[in-house]
Amino acid sequence: MSKPIVPPAAIPPDSITLSETIPGGAKWTHVIGRGSALRLAAPDGSLGVSALFYNADDFSERYNAADTVKIQFNAFVSAGSLLYSDMGRALVAIVADTCGHHDIFAGPSTPATNTARYGPQCYYRNGRDNLVLGLAKWGMNERDLMPCINFFADVRVDAAGGLVFTPNAGKPGVYLDLLATMNVLVVLSNTPHVLDPSTAYAPKPLTLTLWQPPKQCSQVCRNAGREAQRAFANTDGYFIR
Amino acid sequence: MNPTLTCSTLTEQTAIYNQVCPARFPWSHVIKRGQIFRIVDIEGCQAVDTLFYNAHDYQERYSAPDTIRTQNNIFLSTGTTLVSSRSRAMLTIIADTCGRHDTSGGACSAESNSVRFGLETRHMHACRDNFVLELAKYGMTKKDLVSNINFFMNVPVQADGQLAIVDGISSPGSYVEMVAEMDVLCVISNCPQMNNPCNAYNPTPIRMLIWDSPA
Repeated sequence: MSKPIVPPAAIPPDSITLSETIPGGAKWTHVIGRGSALRLAAPDGSLGVSALFYNADDFSERYNAADTVKIQFNAFVSAGSLLYSDMGRALVAIVADTCGHHDIFAGPSTPATNTARYGPQCYYRNGRDNLVLGLAKWGMNERDLMPCINFFADVRVDAAGGLVFTPNAGKPGVYLDLLATMNVLVVLSNTPHVLDPSTAYAPKPLTLTLWQPPKQCSQVCRNAGREAQRAFANTDGYFIR
Repeated sequence: MNPTLTCSTLTEQTAIYNQVCPARFPWSHVIKRGQIFRIVDIEGCQAVDTLFYNAHDYQERYSAPDTIRTQNNIFLSTGTTLVSSRSRAMLTIIADTCGRHDTSGGACSAESNSVRFGLETRHMHACRDNFVLELAKYGMTKKDLVSNINFFMNVPVQADGQLAIVDGISSPGSYVEMVAEMDVLCVISNCPQMNNPCNAYNPTPIRMLIWDSPA
């Protein structure tokens, strides 16, 4: 078995196709072509990024949180993990992750949680509305809102099933490389994690870089086990036309 | 961790609805605000995959993340409020003789079976096919399937995130009972999974009971 290729900390400039920095509180949507990667980088740290993923060629196929954790027997995803679609296919492969803490349980912040946290007089953007707005730009609506993944957030589960949130998982300089294993619509909300206890609304800028990684980058995920091999068999089969 | 068990005072004789959903079948029904809804695991160890929709606006539906976050716990039992995608109370669990129900593991599907248990299992019957057929009666589609509740299913999460569908803790006759806080459409797949212990490799029938509001 060949050694997996780990994406470099500094992306080679000639492999970058798009780069953009969005402010704290913003949403972002984009289609990532199969084989391209999206880097989420937080130069000043991150309080969390809520994310949803859809098959860009057929929005009825989308990221499925339950299948993602059930198939991989783990609620924590990191480098080497797949984000599964509801159709048994590998939608996104996490090929690099310098944070190691991502939450699939708590969902996005909402108008109600923002009011409770920051007070009723403040108009601060919340994750749920950002995601619904992002979906709307692609012709989808509230019905298409699925349980999201929250990147850069440390949420664990204690023996009694309780959620335990630890702040400051997204240290300055943290980054994540998401390889699109299908053509993927990404919908992001750069808003503080819903369980972050800080009453100061202070989400940080997020740099989004679309780049062309070496082809072998998906190997770390393809070789992650029998389930991953079957997921890629399903994904590869989908593109045989 | 031993969950707390709570019994109901209601008797089957006074129920206004009493039906058995056979093994492997879907079921749906509207439960009106104030009515009490009970699911009985007749033979034990049967996963009951369940979704709720606002009966007057299907855009509002059960939300696993909102439910988990509101109670700050991944397990459902007595006292749990099932919360909608608009952060409103849909139902509240008022009795539970099983003690633990899951809302992280989702529903089985032909497609996820192919990944989990082998590509050849894709032709076996699965919950999401049940759900799609039942939702179609109400004009909904596969896109309306969100993370569901698995009543009577035990899915603990370890400190390192390890998560597995383990042997059920539901014995014959176990039930869970909830009061509707709004008019809800309940859609169920009586799980047909044969590849793991969620149904003890033997799908069995369940009983659905509804009582009018005692008030």
